[in-house]
Amino acid sequence: MADASTSAKGDLKLSNLVKAYGEFVAVDDLSLLIPEGSFFALLGPSGCGKTTTLRMIAGLDEPTSGSIHIGNTDITYQKPYDRPVNTVFQNYALFPHLTIFENIAFGLRRRGIKDVKGQVDKVLNLVELPHLAERKPTQLSGGQQQRIALARAIVNRPALLLLDEPLGALDLKLRRQMQIELKWIQTEVGLTFVHVTHDQEEAMTMADTIAVMNEGKIEQMGTPADLYDSPRTAFVANFLGQSNLIQGRIVDNDGDAHVVEIHGQKVKVLKNRSVAKDSSILFGIRPEKIRIQPGAHQLSGCVLEGGKISDVSYIGVSTQYQVEMPWGQELMVFEQNDDGIPPLAKGDPVKLSWETVFSFGLDGHEDASAGSEVNPDEE
Amino acid sequence: MTKASRWLSKNLIRIYAVLGFTYLFIPVIYTIVFSFNDSGKSNLVWRGFTFKNWTNPCGAADVCNALGNSLKIGFLSTLIATILGTLIAFAIGRYAFKGHGLVNSLIFLPMATPEIVMGSSLLTMFVSFGINPGFWTIVIAHIMFCISFIVVAVKARIASLDPRLEQAAMDLYADERETFRKITFPLVAPGIAGAALLAFSLSFDDFIITNFNSGSVNTFPKFVYISAQRGLPAQANVIGATMFIVAIALVLTAQFVGNRRKTTA
Repeated sequence: MADASTSAKGDLKLSNLVKAYGEFVAVDDLSLLIPEGSFFALLGPSGCGKTTTLRMIAGLDEPTSGSIHIGNTDITYQKPYDRPVNTVFQNYALFPHLTIFENIAFGLRRRGIKDVKGQVDKVLNLVELPHLAERKPTQLSGGQQQRIALARAIVNRPALLLLDEPLGALDLKLRRQMQIELKWIQTEVGLTFVHVTHDQEEAMTMADTIAVMNEGKIEQMGTPADLYDSPRTAFVANFLGQSNLIQGRIVDNDGDAHVVEIHGQKVKVLKNRSVAKDSSILFGIRPEKIRIQPGAHQLSGCVLEGGKISDVSYIGVSTQYQVEMPWGQELMVFEQNDDGIPPLAKGDPVKLSWETVFSFGLDGHEDASAGSEVNPDEE
Repeated sequence: MTKASRWLSKNLIRIYAVLGFTYLFIPVIYTIVFSFNDSGKSNLVWRGFTFKNWTNPCGAADVCNALGNSLKIGFLSTLIATILGTLIAFAIGRYAFKGHGLVNSLIFLPMATPEIVMGSSLLTMFVSFGINPGFWTIVIAHIMFCISFIVVAVKARIASLDPRLEQAAMDLYADERETFRKITFPLVAPGIAGAALLAFSLSFDDFIITNFNSGSVNTFPKFVYISAQRGLPAQANVIGATMFIVAIALVLTAQFVGNRRKTTA
């Protein structure tokens, strides 16, 4: 039991990491730099390779090739117990035959730390459960077990804390509360957190930086706002929130914008917000950025005409419209219920408009539905 | 519904339970009652109450020698079979190796083989190796048929163990040895203890295989079988009743300890 916690410090660096199971490549040439002290999320659907990546960082799986460094220390082939890395497991993996106190003390005792009682008490206070020290894990609620699992990991002050779908087993309300608490604890202890999740809301609430993973590769990495406002692939556009993606063609230039023709109508996208490789483009606009107006209005910005409302759902804070366009595609529009005007009705003819700065352009050869069929709760 | 039929439908399950337990326990009660019989040559008819069988349990010729042998054989074969069987269970339950499936199914074979066949083949084998049947051949035979039961019972326990617990221990700085000592073994131990109890009782009351491979060594089942032909002494009932009481005490203790752990934890 090396004094792992002092052996390596610094940024986590994954270089050309590959994990293959026979023919199946779970993680495909992954390279990442996670700065020390950050809250980093690996976000993706089940089977995208995010958990495998986490297990390789923890030392529970061995990479097929590539390397893992913390600071300047190569930990690629170190045993899990030699790494300054601790994990909060999915479903917590608390030791059922030990008390909560002994669960938390486990890592400290293995490392021969002197002041076990003081440290355990401190971390129990941090997660606000000091009264449960003598209980057994089965006597705790899901939310309490989750916090003890976190306490058991952070008490060791690892260079890196891994969280594998840590909130997956909790109900929605508790999940929201724990998201805020986790973020607070991360700021409080100042450790590097690497968080694996399929829940985009969870990732966006907590993480400073998100890497969206799909089929063993990173699709895009950035701050939550970056990813949401400027997705660079159809997968990211659909997996993070919802997007309207419309097949179009770049037909002209207008200053710093491309003019895009969509089934006979013209709209614009800023050149620096488009990653189209040639004239074929997937034109993207988020549903809440679109204004919806009855047919007769004069509109500014980009306009698409000839829509007809095919479905209306009133969900309190907003009204969600499905609008059928002349070329048969259904577009989604979310409108805040803040103007006192009653929602439009099914069958109403409408025009859609938005400010040019909100639209984005993707490579037109991509599958517009990538990432949208993934059910985020299927795990 | 009439009052009577309502009462019946309410209590049917209880009546059924009482009848069921009566059926199960009548032979045991009979054994205990007749351990107090002031028996003559045979212990078949009630001839009056006495403590003399209990105060002199070794009164019948060779009964305590036979019992001692059975206990010794039981402890030895349980100990060795439990160690070997647990190791096999871990190998099968935890590791992938060549012939894994074959080993897994072969381990059932001794359980499926009729005892009469196994007993006679063992004897043939011992004789052809020039080994005289006796105490140690019984132990070898008992280890052999107990191992299968141990493997099956312990393997089930290992299979129900969440592998993430061991991974969590390794993640928390415990090396392989410590992980086994602190996590794996304590969690599998109840399964091993249960398997060992089962093995002991299998060994203790085995007659068929033992009879083939015991030579002149007497065991308790052998003693009972042989003396039953002439009239079973009441001391056999005393020993039987004692075994029953010990078994009940073990079960109650285990339950008491289990409950206490749950409530104080």
